[in-house]
Amino acid sequence: MIPWLFVGLFLLFVLAFLVAPTAVLVLQAFTGAHGFTLSYMSGLLSFQYRLAFENSILLACASAAVGLIFGALLANAVAAPGAPAFLRGFVTSFSAVAANFSGVPLAFAFISTLGSLGLVTQMLKHLGINIYDMGFSLYSLTGLTITFAYFQVPLMLIIIVPAIDGLRVQWREAADGLGASKWQYWRHIGLPVLTPSLLGAFLLLFGNAFSAFATPFALTDGNIALVTIDISNVLSGNVMSDPQVGAALSTGMIIVMALILVIYSGLTRHAARWRK
Amino acid sequence: MKTQFSFGNWAIILLALAFFIVPLVITGMFSLWEGGSRYGFSAYQLMFSTTDFWKSLFLSFRLSVETIIVTFVLLVPAMIFVHLKAPQLKPLFEFISNLPFVIPAIALIDGLTTLYTGPSWLISTPNYLVIPYFFLALPYGYRALEVGLTTLDVKTLTEAGQSLGAGWGRIILTVLLPNLRSALIGAILLIFTTVIGEFTFASVLLFHTFAVFINDTGQNAITEAAALSLVSFLITWVFMLGVLFSGRKDAGQLKGAR
Repeated sequence: MIPWLFVGLFLLFVLAFLVAPTAVLVLQAFTGAHGFTLSYMSGLLSFQYRLAFENSILLACASAAVGLIFGALLANAVAAPGAPAFLRGFVTSFSAVAANFSGVPLAFAFISTLGSLGLVTQMLKHLGINIYDMGFSLYSLTGLTITFAYFQVPLMLIIIVPAIDGLRVQWREAADGLGASKWQYWRHIGLPVLTPSLLGAFLLLFGNAFSAFATPFALTDGNIALVTIDISNVLSGNVMSDPQVGAALSTGMIIVMALILVIYSGLTRHAARWRK
Repeated sequence: MKTQFSFGNWAIILLALAFFIVPLVITGMFSLWEGGSRYGFSAYQLMFSTTDFWKSLFLSFRLSVETIIVTFVLLVPAMIFVHLKAPQLKPLFEFISNLPFVIPAIALIDGLTTLYTGPSWLISTPNYLVIPYFFLALPYGYRALEVGLTTLDVKTLTEAGQSLGAGWGRIILTVLLPNLRSALIGAILLIFTTVIGEFTFASVLLFHTFAVFINDTGQNAITEAAALSLVSFLITWVFMLGVLFSGRKDAGQLKGAR
């Protein structure tokens, strides 16, 4: 009796505060004054919201790619045979902190560094390089990608180090013994084995950046076209629009994230074969 | 094929070091700047003497504790019983633990505010935040407990307890929880880090938590905002070191609301 009470309580809580709100949201996105309508969902294709989705997806892809490449290179560097042991310990523990350092404080750290009055910006200006005249802005998608790298790279490192550790020394030695070059080893052994893990990591990083709100909001003061920012503008009444618009935007995000998760779970099942 | 530590690896590490350390150092310098060429700790003194600082920090701290309690009441017993009595429900729990990843924080608030417009005792106090925070922390809580429960022989322990005449409450509190200690400590610290830094829910629902306070401060006082950012980094550092020492390998996993 008691066991079922607790299991039921948990399921009820999930139903009431996670499933029901989401269902109501999706329902609202398809409901107009006269019942069922697709007008709000097709409204997502209007210039403003299409731009927001394009920007969000672009930012998620770019920051996931940056995180993937630099995270993997860094992980490979600290997990390489012959790397000093203290280095690995230091880098992994720092990554655990940096991967969780995001939002408002991260935005301020980067505004102080690369903002229009930031120290690095000013120093470069003294050297005759005005990055803001050259088209750079911290408050743009490029700036956000750089800022996001601060948590994406460490997150990638944490995810990928176990996979890199899974590359057996014997494979490397066997390749070596057969006269393979370093490049050939990676091209024919290392990368093919790592590919499912790398793809999975990319999707996780993508989702991580796609649903980010605090960092872009604090960095741009809400003045950038991203889906999360647009939803918050509808919610806080900063823009005059029907609540259905916010619901449609949220539904759009959920669809994107559900797709990501479906692909991801397919991949991890595939990747599990190599872990044996 | 060379296997020793190459020049290229050092170059990558130095580059990463620069990228990760420079913003912290500059934030530190800003926090010590007192205008002109004077440097000192006045931003910190001012910060520690404002009541809003302590109030918001205390509120975030209280919400973390409440989220942990709710996790312990709702999630821990349910997962233990699923392991014991209803393993067929495991896929469902696995699915639920992934939902907070699929439903972005901002979409969840949208849904919550649409569905619940009352009662006011629920939605108009900061305690309301505990509901979304519970879901924000659910993936970590679930994973930490799942690892702990699979490595533990829950069935034998429970039967031993029952044959000695212990009831459910006693078995969970005095047998299972102590055995799950390291998994639970890991989960607790991750919940702390998550809730202390959480901004999305609090700012949209207009509650003055620590992250919202930092953002408000940044609108007009840049040196204090820098000091606060550094303090917040140190808080994250302390908690994450705790997670690492408590033996959790997957510290720093996805943190719902960025």
